[in-house]
Amino acid sequence: MPLEVLVVEDSSGDIRLTREAFRDVNPFIHLEVAHDGVEAMAFLRRQGDHLHAPRPDLILLDLNLPKMDGRQVLALIKEDDALKTIPTVILTSSEAEADVLKSYQLQANCYLSKPMHFEAFHDLVKSINDFWLSSVRLPQKDDEEDEQESGTQVPHLRGRKRSPGMRRNNDNDNDRRRRNAH
Amino acid sequence: MLEVLLVEDSPGDVRLTKEAFRATNESVRLHVATDGVDAMAFLKQEGAYANAPRPDLTLLDLNMPRMDGRQVLARIKSDESLKTIPTVILTTSTADEDIVSSYRLHANCYFSKPVQLEDFESLVKTINDFWLTVCQVAA
Repeated sequence: MPLEVLVVEDSSGDIRLTREAFRDVNPFIHLEVAHDGVEAMAFLRRQGDHLHAPRPDLILLDLNLPKMDGRQVLALIKEDDALKTIPTVILTSSEAEADVLKSYQLQANCYLSKPMHFEAFHDLVKSINDFWLSSVRLPQKDDEEDEQESGTQVPHLRGRKRSPGMRRNNDNDNDRRRRNAH
Repeated sequence: MLEVLLVEDSPGDVRLTKEAFRATNESVRLHVATDGVDAMAFLKQEGAYANAPRPDLTLLDLNMPRMDGRQVLARIKSDESLKTIPTVILTTSTADEDIVSSYRLHANCYFSKPVQLEDFESLVKTINDFWLTVCQVAA
C-alpha cells in the first residue's frame, strides 16, 4: 500500500522539486498535487473530477495560494470531523512569526519554512519523510478507503495496517523504504 | 534554552527520557509533571508553578492518574494561549482508537513508546531533531 501525500502548491518549480525529492527519498510515496485551495478541498471531499481521490496520509500545504489561500484550507480541514485527523504540515516560503502563530492556532500539525537552496529543500523533504511517514503513528484508514486506493501501480507493501503485534513488521517496512531510497 | 514539558507518571520512563535528552541535546531543559492536574498547573503557571516557563514542546502520556492525557490534550488545544504549543503524544498505547482520537483532539503527532531501550533513545532523538531543529514553533 503506497503512502498518499497531497501537496497543495501553486509554484510549478516547487512542485517539481518536491516530486524529485520524494522520488529520491521514498519510492513508495504516491504524490498528488492540488494547485490552489479550491482544488485541494475538492480533492479532499472527492468532488467533481476528484471522485476517486485517495485519502491522503499527509498533506503539505502552502499558505499563499490562488482562489482560496492555505489558511482557509487549513481552517476547513481542521474543523471537518472526517478530515481533521489527517496530519497537515504547513510548507511555505513565509517565515513571518504571525504566519507561524496563526497556523498553530488553526491546529496545523507543524510549520516548516521552505529553504532557499535545493540541497536544503531536499534535506527537508527527507526530514518530512523520516518523521511523518516513517516514525509517527498515523491514523489507520478504514477498509473502504483502502479499496479506493487499490488501483495504484505501486509494489505491494505489507504492514500498512497497524496493530501491536505487527509493530516489528512495520519497523522493518520503514527500514526497507529508507534502504530503497539509496 | 529549549523548554520541554514531559507529562509522564512512570518514574522509569521519566528517567529514560531525561537521559535520552541529555545525550541528544544539551540545550533542552526537561520539566516533569507526573499527572494531568500537575501538567495543567504547570502550563497555567498556577500554585507552585507560578514561575514555570512556557514549554516549546510538550510530550504527553495518555494514561495517567487524576486527569488523563486525553483531557489534558483537549484543554491545551481548546485554550487560545496554549494551543500553539506543539503537543506530542508519547504513550504505550498502540490502539487505533487512541491514535485517531488524539489526532481528532489536535495532537500535533502521535508516537508509541518502543519497548527496547535503544529504540527509545532513537525516538527521543527523532523528536528532538524534528520538533526542536527542523520545525518553526510559535515564539
